[in-house]
Amino acid sequence: MRIQARWIVAGLLGATLVAGVLAGAAGAAEKEFLSVQGSTTVGPIADAFNEAFRRKHPDVAITVKKTGSGDGAKALVDGQCDVATMSRFMKEKEYQAAVEKGFLPVAHVVAMDGVSIIVHPSNPVKALTTEQVRTMYKGDITNWKDVGGVDQEVVLYSRDTSSGTYETVHKLVMDKEKMASGVEYVASNPDMHKHVSTTKAAIGYVGLGFVDEKVKALRIDGVMPSSRTIVSGKYPIARPLFMWTRGFPKLGSLIHAFVTFHLSEEGQEIIEAKGFIPVTNY
Amino acid sequence: MSQPPEGGNRSAPAASAGFDRPLLLTPREDLFGYVGSLTGRGVLFLIAASSVLAVFLIFVFITREAFLFFVQGETLGEMATFLWDRACEVFGSTAWHPEHGTAPEYGMLALIAGSFYVTFGSVLVAVPLGLLTAVCLSDIFPFGLRQVVKPVVELLAAIPSVAYGFFAVMVAKPWLQETFGIPSGANVLNASIILAVMAVPTIVSVSEDALTAVGRPLREASYALGATRAETLIRIVIPAAHNGIIAAVILGMMRAVGETMVVWMAAGNAPQIPHPWWDLTESVRTMTATIAQEMGETAHGSVHYHSLFTIGLILLVFTFILNTLTEVLLSRMKFRGAKS
Repeated sequence: MRIQARWIVAGLLGATLVAGVLAGAAGAAEKEFLSVQGSTTVGPIADAFNEAFRRKHPDVAITVKKTGSGDGAKALVDGQCDVATMSRFMKEKEYQAAVEKGFLPVAHVVAMDGVSIIVHPSNPVKALTTEQVRTMYKGDITNWKDVGGVDQEVVLYSRDTSSGTYETVHKLVMDKEKMASGVEYVASNPDMHKHVSTTKAAIGYVGLGFVDEKVKALRIDGVMPSSRTIVSGKYPIARPLFMWTRGFPKLGSLIHAFVTFHLSEEGQEIIEAKGFIPVTNY
Repeated sequence: MSQPPEGGNRSAPAASAGFDRPLLLTPREDLFGYVGSLTGRGVLFLIAASSVLAVFLIFVFITREAFLFFVQGETLGEMATFLWDRACEVFGSTAWHPEHGTAPEYGMLALIAGSFYVTFGSVLVAVPLGLLTAVCLSDIFPFGLRQVVKPVVELLAAIPSVAYGFFAVMVAKPWLQETFGIPSGANVLNASIILAVMAVPTIVSVSEDALTAVGRPLREASYALGATRAETLIRIVIPAAHNGIIAAVILGMMRAVGETMVVWMAAGNAPQIPHPWWDLTESVRTMTATIAQEMGETAHGSVHYHSLFTIGLILLVFTFILNTLTEVLLSRMKFRGAKS
């Protein structure tokens, strides 16, 4: 029995050694890597930046994951990504976790975005106040006829709580009050679009870039969400979009080029083409 | 291996069929063969042990992470009070707001209820469907038709669950809304129907095995007493196979309880208990969907993180009970089969 145990140990050690050598060989590639993770709202911008970069620097491999702002912050803190895309500022806890890991997160504002409150195109309601939207999400208004629509029960959609869009609505619309328990949660902007465009009595919210003819954006407090109303600060549910890095990136590095790409003409065109608002408005 | 082989043992095989090595090895006789056999046995043992070890470690890991959700405070009295309060909140409240900045709430009742709703909803649909299909396959269909139908039914299990979910959102949801005028088609009904379709292959193949295991003699005895085929099926075959059928139903339930992707997409994810309780057109959120949706955002070690592990533990305990029940029932079925 003792001899047997010794052989098992030896076998294990051998296997570990082989695995280590294999892993080392796989890691020795030549490409420069950059991993981007975070918000589903900022995701399309990062994707388009990635495409532009691939044309210019063919030896660069950029991966973009879109799983939510909270995931991005977590991955940045854990060292699993180089750039975290976020549609909200870092929370105190996240910042603190980063400081404990020994670095200061730096925010790069890449664009501005308005959260559009959307309904099904067949819905006759054209405008709501922030107050009315809040009351609906709290579950106190349950029928569209109470806000000037037809007699049908409101179906509420919200993004999941790891979403930066959710944070924005939670802060700017809900005033940090809890949503009703009947609210249905969906996992991404495209999901939200899909649900609202197929449900007649739905109300939901997406980033400005996701509004098209299949859903209808509402006037909020009398203001239509558009690039002009957002930049001028008239539209109430607007926010900056961020890319976060561990400290300020080294000048001339790939990370630096990526997070300052929005300042270039091409970057600004991409942001406008994706339906967001570039930060420099001449 | 207690007594070492001696001369007689060594010479016998060598004489018979060209064996030039002894059957039982000692290092002195054949060092290479001895080491080879030990290594082989050791590796196989490790492979077999790894899955057992994995189950055990998962259990320990989840329990430990969930345990921290219930522990806080300095003195024993404080800890006991906290544990009691937490347990009351978890099993007594339906308010699930784990990420709220100032007043987080961890009531899991609605999530547990959500899992129960979609599971039992799917069982209600899947059991009649699956059982009748199994009866058709074992007793009614001619051999040729059976050879076609059974693989097709089993093919249902091969469709990835995200494809079912896509179907639920894009086809079943609008259909429910337009045909029945339900405000939101992502609800208990939708998820139950899709889950039922997913559970049917499991139920069909296990209960068909059970029905076949009842055997020809019992059926022939029934016919000999003048019973019709319907009477034989309902009064003799199905009762005789009841252990296997119940096991099949439980296995189907386990498929439904553990399913994540479909309920995430089809059930609407609203953390509430339908009101009134029989209203299956309301949205619910299951335990699995909650974990899948929220695991990514939680900070490692936060209360929310541990609360998700508590949900995982509840799920684990539930499936563990169901699994044990199935094992017991299936072993009884085999026992009966062996006796007859």
